[in-house]
Amino acid sequence: MSLLRVENLRTYFDTRAGVMKAVDGVDLEVREGRTLGIVGESGSGKSVTALSIMRLIEKPGRILPDSHIFFEGNDLAAIPERELESLRGNRISMVFQEPMTSLNPVYTVGDQIIEAIRLHRRVSVQQARDRAVELLRLVGIPSPERRVDAFPHQMSGGMRQRVMIAMALACEPKLLIADEPTTALDVTIQAQILELLRQLRDELSMAVVLITHDLGVVAEMCDDVAVMYAGQVVERGPVESIFSDPQHPYTEALLRSIPLLGMTKAEPLTVIPGMVPSALHWPTGCRFVARCKNALDRCHREPPPLARSGSGYAACWLRESIPEGSQHGAAHR
Amino acid sequence: MADPSTVMEGLATAGLGTEPAVPLPNTDAARSRLRWNVPLVVGLAIVILSTFLAFAAPWLSAHDPLEIADASLSAPSSLYLLGTDQLGRDVLARILYATRTSLSVACLSAALAFVSGTLIGLVAGYASGLVDAFMMRLLDILQAFPALLLAIALVAALGPNLPNLVLTMGVLFTPRFARVARASTLSVRERDYVVAAIGLGVSPIRIMFRHVLPNIAAPLIIEASLTATLAILTEASLSFLGLGVQPPEPTWGGMIAQSTAVMSIAPWLAISPGLAVVFVVVGFNLVGDGLRDAMDPRS
Repeated sequence: MSLLRVENLRTYFDTRAGVMKAVDGVDLEVREGRTLGIVGESGSGKSVTALSIMRLIEKPGRILPDSHIFFEGNDLAAIPERELESLRGNRISMVFQEPMTSLNPVYTVGDQIIEAIRLHRRVSVQQARDRAVELLRLVGIPSPERRVDAFPHQMSGGMRQRVMIAMALACEPKLLIADEPTTALDVTIQAQILELLRQLRDELSMAVVLITHDLGVVAEMCDDVAVMYAGQVVERGPVESIFSDPQHPYTEALLRSIPLLGMTKAEPLTVIPGMVPSALHWPTGCRFVARCKNALDRCHREPPPLARSGSGYAACWLRESIPEGSQHGAAHR
Repeated sequence: MADPSTVMEGLATAGLGTEPAVPLPNTDAARSRLRWNVPLVVGLAIVILSTFLAFAAPWLSAHDPLEIADASLSAPSSLYLLGTDQLGRDVLARILYATRTSLSVACLSAALAFVSGTLIGLVAGYASGLVDAFMMRLLDILQAFPALLLAIALVAALGPNLPNLVLTMGVLFTPRFARVARASTLSVRERDYVVAAIGLGVSPIRIMFRHVLPNIAAPLIIEASLTATLAILTEASLSFLGLGVQPPEPTWGGMIAQSTAVMSIAPWLAISPGLAVVFVVVGFNLVGDGLRDAMDPRS
């Protein structure tokens, strides 16, 4: 049963240059206890999708009214702000990309975790403090009894990210959204944080949406993958099939552009030619058309719907399974 | 689901929790920056001294500030250290007592402006949009008037007494705090930790007061000490014009005003209250400058 179902999510930003369609019709599904990886290059709309799910989009951004974000029976896109406050940090939490700036510099990490707990649980400060120490221990912070009184500036980036994770998990949410949680950290710490997330996910049996541009991380962490390109999901499905049998030419190209161990200078690294189109002016047909080697006439004219393909879904006219004339969104349930 | 102890073992084997512990640095650096800040130390000394003199006025002055002695306009002497005025009142005692008026008007009006300005700026900066535009245009209107002129008009309309002075000057200085608070709020509300706090389910009111306010405090505190300076000068100006605290209560502005008629024969009547104003103003200014240096993250 699905915990989170995103349907036709559109998040637009009104700028002076025009309407930026950062996320333009995204469909996602996260089942209970499963991990969904959202991959895509910079500017493909991954982070905006994550922020939209938490409804943390600030003006001039707006989530269009026909977008739906179903979570535990509520449509997060439609419920009032007050109700959303009781869900955020409680049923659904988020870990951000930048641990160095995501903690308030004027409070100790303990105070911040205590606040996260007491926002949603009726417990005394002392009980919350004990829980904070326990959480810090859980995320692998050494001598948590002492660390609970440390200020963020007294901690390294990796430790701060652990604190962020502790805050996000304070109320044992059903869904954790991690927006490139390791991008700002060094490689050794990255592996530790990912390992930690995996351990905690299993222990707390929560679902995770992991946003990353690192396919290696996806292979290690995720059950399902959604590949985003130009504000849309172009392919989604179980992780094994995405890697072994990619359905969309963009996914294929992404996989080919990963450098392999043992490659020599003789074999040039494959790159995807061309550029991502501008979010101000998406092409009319398939958004990948200008960079696709096998583009048909139809690809220039009509946007392909996300339809069953292989063991998942792909939005590509080159896949035979798509019947002629099918409309966007009609093919998937 | 794994049980917690297995998870902890797993964490240990995964090499977690072995990140080298950074020793907690103490805040010596911050303290020494404050300690060796000469303007701040001198400024604080002056402000503390003035406050002490104001409180201790009854014990420090040999004469009552309202007591009329037999010798009017007597030059400074061992009996009257700073001489006497036209009515034969001790100038030293009057200056000490006037410190009370000056400091209380300055501090109370700065405090009033601090509270109201910070509230307005915080709400305007955090709410943005129409609320922001409306509040800021109101402040524009307030600031469009010459400050002293507006103060004269308000005090004249309300009546010249201490509460009205504080109220008037509090209103007058509100835009200064509101602008500083708004500008800082606009920058702080975009910080990651504010977005993260919203993501944890913190309500907007709590975000403003718990997460934004402490992070915009530094520029507001600096503004407060500079505003206190301005308040002292404004109070002296109003008293000089006869719109301050009314005679026979001594005020520095009032004493200078009285002295103008006899300035050529009794210059001490103008010089000593003038010096008192300069002394306190320099003190508050030094505190402001010193705080700015101490709180500047680039230093």
